[in-house]
Amino acid sequence: MHDAGKVIPGIIAFVLFVTLPFWSNFGKAAPKPQPEIPKEYKKCVESRDFMRREHMKLLRKWRFDVVRNNMRIYINSEGQPINMSLQNECMRCHSSKKKFCDVCHNYVSAHPYCWNCHIPPEERKGWATKEVKSLTEEASSKQPASHH
Amino acid sequence: MVIDTRVCQKHAPCEDCIHACHHIHNVPQIPYKKHEIKWIWKDEFEHAFPDTAHEYANEVLKGREFLLLCNHCEHPPCVRVCPTQATFKREDGIVMMDMHRCIGCRFCMAACPYGSRSFNWRDPRPFIKDPNPEYPTRMKGVVEKCTFCTERLAQGKLPACAEACKYGAIVVGDLADPHSEINKILREHFTLRRKVHLGTGPSVFYII
Ligand code: SF4
Ligand code: SF4
Ligand code: SF4
Repeated sequence: MHDAGKVIPGIIAFVLFVTLPFWSNFGKAAPKPQPEIPKEYKKCVESRDFMRREHMKLLRKWRFDVVRNNMRIYINSEGQPINMSLQNECMRCHSSKKKFCDVCHNYVSAHPYCWNCHIPPEERKGWATKEVKSLTEEASSKQPASHH
Repeated sequence: MVIDTRVCQKHAPCEDCIHACHHIHNVPQIPYKKHEIKWIWKDEFEHAFPDTAHEYANEVLKGREFLLLCNHCEHPPCVRVCPTQATFKREDGIVMMDMHRCIGCRFCMAACPYGSRSFNWRDPRPFIKDPNPEYPTRMKGVVEKCTFCTERLAQGKLPACAEACKYGAIVVGDLADPHSEINKILREHFTLRRKVHLGTGPSVFYII
């Protein structure tokens, strides 16, 4: 090798450069997400550990049971009946999507699409902000956008 | 479901049923016709019953408006074509939609001979004036239609349109039960269904 003296430091410099983000964050952990837990309620549907780990699976089961099987009551491990509804049951206690759901979801960069349709507590008042007339004009001036 | 169109005509232009349904289900009021979303609406005889209407039809029928909605067909073509089973038929006969699964392909809209389905060309939320916080909205890119108020039936309530009608023009009941009120009404009145010759078996009957 003729240019080892240049190539090897070059490779080292390159590796250091590529891993720069890693080194610059070394030892500094991003702060742990702190979702706001409702104060007036002591218990969730299931235990805290279970909810942390399995809430997405539980919600998927609920949605399947309600929409497809027309079953609306979930019996939890303590034998208590619970109305299976994200919008009307979960959010009854967890009164803020921003301070609860979003905190962890943003941390792990998860973007579930629940809230495209379900109405979060913050938006119960509605969205009809624009004047209908301007919307009509806007609508007729635009070609329909494609789906997703 | 039986709709007594004589009652509707007597109280025209009452639209309480439409307002009730569209309010509680967060159906947007989009003024631009091509993007319109509707679960229940009105139309004239020749559009509702194109195979029965003819140019010599009597004056009474000409002036009358007919409430139109999903017929919850016995053999629903929308269910047959849906590639994701987002549209499916429940055991009790209600043709239901699982919005979580709808991919917006609109096969069902092509298959439904009654125009019962609407596509969300845009985010419906800005067009919902006074949302019902207990019911979801839909998102851009899915199809929607009347669900026969499954969420209300589960609570033992009547469909919102039937409950909203002050004049009792809409009656719902179990067609499979020969002793039900609805079967009694059907035995005693002359009724029409929309486009029966297509073989979909519509479950909405119109007293003429
Ligand atoms: S009326 Fe149309 S949408 Fe309703 S069940 Fe029949 S085919 Fe399907
Ligand atoms: S638009 Fe949705 S409901 Fe209709 S056929 Fe496609 S997936 Fe099924
Ligand atoms: S049955 Fe329910 S969803 Fe269907 S048109 Fe009547 S109110 Fe609307």
